[in-house]
Amino acid sequence: MFGPTLWRFGGLLDPFREIQRLQRDVNRLFSDVRHPAEAEFPPVNIWLGDADGVVTAELPGADPQGLDISVVGDILTISGAREAEQLKEGEAYHRQERNFGAFKRTLKLPFQVDANKVKATYERGILEIALSRAEEDKPRKIAIQAA
Amino acid sequence: MNAPTHATTPSAAPSAVERTRNRKVYAPPVDIFETGDAIVLTADMPGVDEKKVEVTLEKNVLSLRGNVETGAYAGRSIAYAEYDMGDFERSFTVSDEVDRDRIEAVMKNGVLRITLHKTERVKIRKIDINTE
Repeated sequence: MFGPTLWRFGGLLDPFREIQRLQRDVNRLFSDVRHPAEAEFPPVNIWLGDADGVVTAELPGADPQGLDISVVGDILTISGAREAEQLKEGEAYHRQERNFGAFKRTLKLPFQVDANKVKATYERGILEIALSRAEEDKPRKIAIQAA
Repeated sequence: MNAPTHATTPSAAPSAVERTRNRKVYAPPVDIFETGDAIVLTADMPGVDEKKVEVTLEKNVLSLRGNVETGAYAGRSIAYAEYDMGDFERSFTVSDEVDRDRIEAVMKNGVLRITLHKTERVKIRKIDINTE
């Protein structure tokens, strides 16, 4: 792995960069922290049935009153903020792995959502949004008429 | 499909010991900060009911464990997944300055907050400097 990339340009590419990159990749492999920093917050899962769907988001420690969930057509938007701990004078962090601040996620669903029938619950840190397909969007069975 | 290599039928006389679970285990992200008289640890454990959390202190090791109920939604299948549900487990070594009898744990909205009070003698005493 070091061979061709290093010698291709006729001289030595900085070997330390390659080694640092390898170290970072190996660290990432062995690290057991769940969410990498680049991932969107909160992570969502989407469950779909024929006529409805459930969107679940992992959002521990959020204030349910401060969450804003809106539905327009087939776009679901979840936004809110997660408050950081307010530290007083003289207090210090030893470790900070959780993320804070405002977040906003926009999801495009494969069907138009009936905005009147959206139900959201927040339990144990998981936000569950139950959506049902709008009436106009439901597939209509077309009977084939005998010629 | 291959034949299963482990028992798949429930035993007729289930024992009272804890069953082993075939579940992924994750390490929850944790914030640790120190105040004047305590060290506070907050861990993100979404999906864990407060009755399913276990915090144990053995010798010098503080262990957090949370079990999750993964419910699939009947009649629907997963179309897009960014996270997987699994149990949580993480351990920390605590120093002698923690008072073992005064550890509090609160679980709310998927966040476990553990307050480890420091022992009395460790609290910093500010010494006033008198001018001669």
